[in-house]
Amino acid sequence: MNVPDGLLYTKEHEWIRIENNSGTIGVTDYAQDALGDVTFVELPKIGDTIKQFKAFASIESVKAVSDVYAPVSGKIIKINEGLLKSPELINQFPYENGWMVVIEIYDEKEKGNLMSASEYKKYLEGIQ
Amino acid sequence: MQLIFKKGVKSRRGIKIPRSDVPAKEIPLKYKRTKRPSLPELSELDVVRHFTRLAQLNFSIDTNFYPLGSCTMKYNPKFTEQIERLNGFSNLHPLFTYISEGVVQGVLEVIYETERLLCEITGMDEFTTQPLAGAHGELTGLLLIAAFHKYKGNKKKYVIVPDSSHGTNPASVSTCGYETIVIPTDKDGYMNLKLYKEKLNQDVAAVILTCPNTLGIFNPHIKEVCDLAHSVDALMYYDGANLNAIMGRCRPGDIGFDIVHLNLHKTFSTPHGGGGPGAGPVGVKGEISKFLPIPRIIKRKDIFTLEYHRPNSIGHIAPFFGNFSVILKTYAYIMFLGKEGLISVSEHAVLNANYLRTRLRDYYDLPYDRTCMHECVFSASRQIKNGIHAIDIAKYLIDKGFHPPTIYFPIIVKEALMIEPTETESKETLDDFISAMIEIAKLAEENPKILKDAPVTTPVRRLDEVKAARELKLRWEG
Amino acid sequence: MSYVPHTKKEVEEMLRVIGVSSIEELFKDIGPALRPSSFNIPEGKSEFEVKEHLERLSLKNNTNLINFVGGGFYDHYIPAVVDALAGRSEFYTSYTPYQPECSQGTLQAMYEYQTAICILTEMDVANASLYDGGTALFEAVMMSLRITGKNKIIIDGGINPIYKNMLFTHTANLPVDLIKIPPHIGQTKREEIYRHLDEKTAAVILQNPNFFGTIDIHSDIVEKAHSLGALVIESVYPISLGLIKTPGSMGVDIVTGDGQSLGIPLSFGGPYFGFLACKRKFLRKVPGRIVGETIDKEGKRGFTLTLQTREQHIRRQKATSNICTNSALCALRAVIFLSILGENGFVEFSKLNYEKSEFTKNLLKNIPGVEVINSPTFNEFTILLKKNADEIVNNMIDKGIAAGLPLGRFYKGMKNYLLITVTEKRKKEEILRLAEGLNNAINL
Repeated sequence: MNVPDGLLYTKEHEWIRIENNSGTIGVTDYAQDALGDVTFVELPKIGDTIKQFKAFASIESVKAVSDVYAPVSGKIIKINEGLLKSPELINQFPYENGWMVVIEIYDEKEKGNLMSASEYKKYLEGIQ
Repeated sequence: MQLIFKKGVKSRRGIKIPRSDVPAKEIPLKYKRTKRPSLPELSELDVVRHFTRLAQLNFSIDTNFYPLGSCTMKYNPKFTEQIERLNGFSNLHPLFTYISEGVVQGVLEVIYETERLLCEITGMDEFTTQPLAGAHGELTGLLLIAAFHKYKGNKKKYVIVPDSSHGTNPASVSTCGYETIVIPTDKDGYMNLKLYKEKLNQDVAAVILTCPNTLGIFNPHIKEVCDLAHSVDALMYYDGANLNAIMGRCRPGDIGFDIVHLNLHKTFSTPHGGGGPGAGPVGVKGEISKFLPIPRIIKRKDIFTLEYHRPNSIGHIAPFFGNFSVILKTYAYIMFLGKEGLISVSEHAVLNANYLRTRLRDYYDLPYDRTCMHECVFSASRQIKNGIHAIDIAKYLIDKGFHPPTIYFPIIVKEALMIEPTETESKETLDDFISAMIEIAKLAEENPKILKDAPVTTPVRRLDEVKAARELKLRWEG
Repeated sequence: MSYVPHTKKEVEEMLRVIGVSSIEELFKDIGPALRPSSFNIPEGKSEFEVKEHLERLSLKNNTNLINFVGGGFYDHYIPAVVDALAGRSEFYTSYTPYQPECSQGTLQAMYEYQTAICILTEMDVANASLYDGGTALFEAVMMSLRITGKNKIIIDGGINPIYKNMLFTHTANLPVDLIKIPPHIGQTKREEIYRHLDEKTAAVILQNPNFFGTIDIHSDIVEKAHSLGALVIESVYPISLGLIKTPGSMGVDIVTGDGQSLGIPLSFGGPYFGFLACKRKFLRKVPGRIVGETIDKEGKRGFTLTLQTREQHIRRQKATSNICTNSALCALRAVIFLSILGENGFVEFSKLNYEKSEFTKNLLKNIPGVEVINSPTFNEFTILLKKNADEIVNNMIDKGIAAGLPLGRFYKGMKNYLLITVTEKRKKEEILRLAEGLNNAINL
């Protein structure tokens, strides 16, 4: 399982890349593998508010529909329209072209509730 | 095979409409449909060949063994199909009941007597035949539970289900405005009693169980489970999907269940029809009958009449009395089998399942290695080592002429293979199936690629489900 | 005998293999305290005896009445091929097509059915059928709640009263606000709807033709609803769509109805099937089963159930609905029916219904004591009698005619109203007998 450094992770297998006050969010390699081939992604609208650990999007595969939970709270400023045409980007490039949304972060302190790459790796070992 | 819409020729005719014996009239242009409906134009022979050839692409009980766990795919009698077509049943308009009860006495008697028989089989006091399917029966049961608690002034929020439950259970709970609490199954295959006691409190409206459960295991402590629920004013709901295992030996009403639903297309052998129609009648004990849907059929001397005035009724679940001809076939089946026949059904269903269990346990993992009831759950975990999953086993079985067992259910067993042979299958058929399963176990070790390529004998090979879900072509566009 | 094939010898052999001495041993988990307190089912009978008993019961129902009763369920002709083809056991004893490779017959038939419904209604997508028209309407309501996130539903006064009751029953424990417009026989009263229609409305439910038989064009209501972010759900009668404007052409969002009129016998109430069709943009919110087209690993075209992740067996608590079965066999009958009729046959069939009904209307309006209330209509219309409709209808049953559906049963204050339905099966002499019978019952 690919777990890049420099990102923060959640127990529900989301990642966030924080740069200044904004965060790019997606789901991890573990998540895309568990889901199987992604067939559809439902994204929020620009301007929507998302709250930490609450569902804000969903990913559909032939096996399941999974909710995606917000790593931190914020306001949606960009969505990856490419996913609407090519949902398979989440399977192929979960950390790069498979990103889902970019948010303006409300409270930096919330990132204290997240895991580092090494902590997430340990967490994965525990559940596998 | 070519779609029917691509067949036919412009102005070819299939049917002769009777010549009109009344004056011609045009509908006012304003209300007239602008584009004609582009249905195909075929001769009767075109239509017959098309659908006959489609039929030949199907597996069916009449052609293949269906050991589908949780579905009870037993033989469908032919004489009940004849009874359904009797003019006095098939041509009867349901609204005639509102015109004159005198012209519908025969059907009212069929429904009334079927209700009585289902009560006796399950140990319940009253039945409604309105629910149009099993899941619809579950919804009805939950509506009755909600009405009951409202009447009693009980404030309830949750419904408990085991993690082995059928997906319709928690889905039905949501449709009724309650939240589901899921209790894990313990290593013996029973709902974990300790965790159940922890979660059970005054906020719980009901507990939904099937008995035997989806692992094919009968919980000998079931009475305790029911008593505990009653102690917090929670109702016990019996999902009747597995009734085929216990007829004549156990009745849910006797052991503490307050509400049951039955799947007539399972236990009572009404045909599955390629996905429906079914029927899910609901039985209740005691006070809960005041909430049953209306109208109720009452028998006064030898006359059947309808009672509409029941102030606590939940109302209408279906427009009339449910899927009448499914009820009718059930009535005929029960009359035909009788007491000894129903008992024999469960005995041989359980015998067949245990025979399969015993003969296959050396080849496939059996997570709960003990006597089962009418179905047993294997796991393909031994075969996974060679990269063979439950789905590969399923696809190869198709090439051997067997419909696969239920796979990936219950969700608590990894790579589950749920096998329910039913009582109508002979020892030879079971032995043939066992041979095929043994062959598959060998192939999984020696030549897994053959399994991965299966099926090869069917009209189509394995289909690209991802493409189907991504492109969503759901109709012919023309 | 219960279709159990086992001989005594086979049972013994199997018990030996299992390692128990009797079948009873296999039931040891069901202890004495759990055994039945009674099991008084009568002794089994032979096939002959059961058939005889049920034949007798079937004769206790009167299906010889000349049938002018409709009310959402219709006495239409069913061509012989429908029974012959749907009666093939490869169709009716098959299972839900979860294993597509051995179910291409059912899957392709359902795909063709979905297409046929879209053609009839002029909508984009349809699912593979639901239980009936009433539960289909409930599912459409749930869809509109999911799509809009709002919870107010306006139910027009012309909706089938039984379906209306079903809606209230099914939504009793859900946070839905159902607004009932009072019943009216003529076209939809726009001002009644607009009085309630606002930004909080999820959907407006309409029916065309309405329960009383009146035809309408609802494009204006659709426009108004859309301007306020509400959807329009329309319940329709398939046979009428051969002749009248389709809901698709009016811009309706979700179409439902009962398919009984498409080759399904009346059977005292069922089984029938419900259909649901909608605009493509709502596709992922559609409940129940849907069949999609795809290819196999050799590039051959095939069909499979798709969007199953919405369904109960995968999504469980979060499923779009709790539905498991559909009404596949009935939907199959419908696609066979539509195939044998074809474009021309279906339009002619539909037109014949209209012409017979118009002829009846013209005849009845000349009877003193009868007032024909509504126009335009398709094959059903409402009349006002100068006497109690129940009495008149009862009187005419003795003359072998089921003259219509008295509306006093459904609506207080409508005791003298009668709903009359005339399908293509009603011959001219039967219609003349209806007129004569009504005249005698009212005026003599």
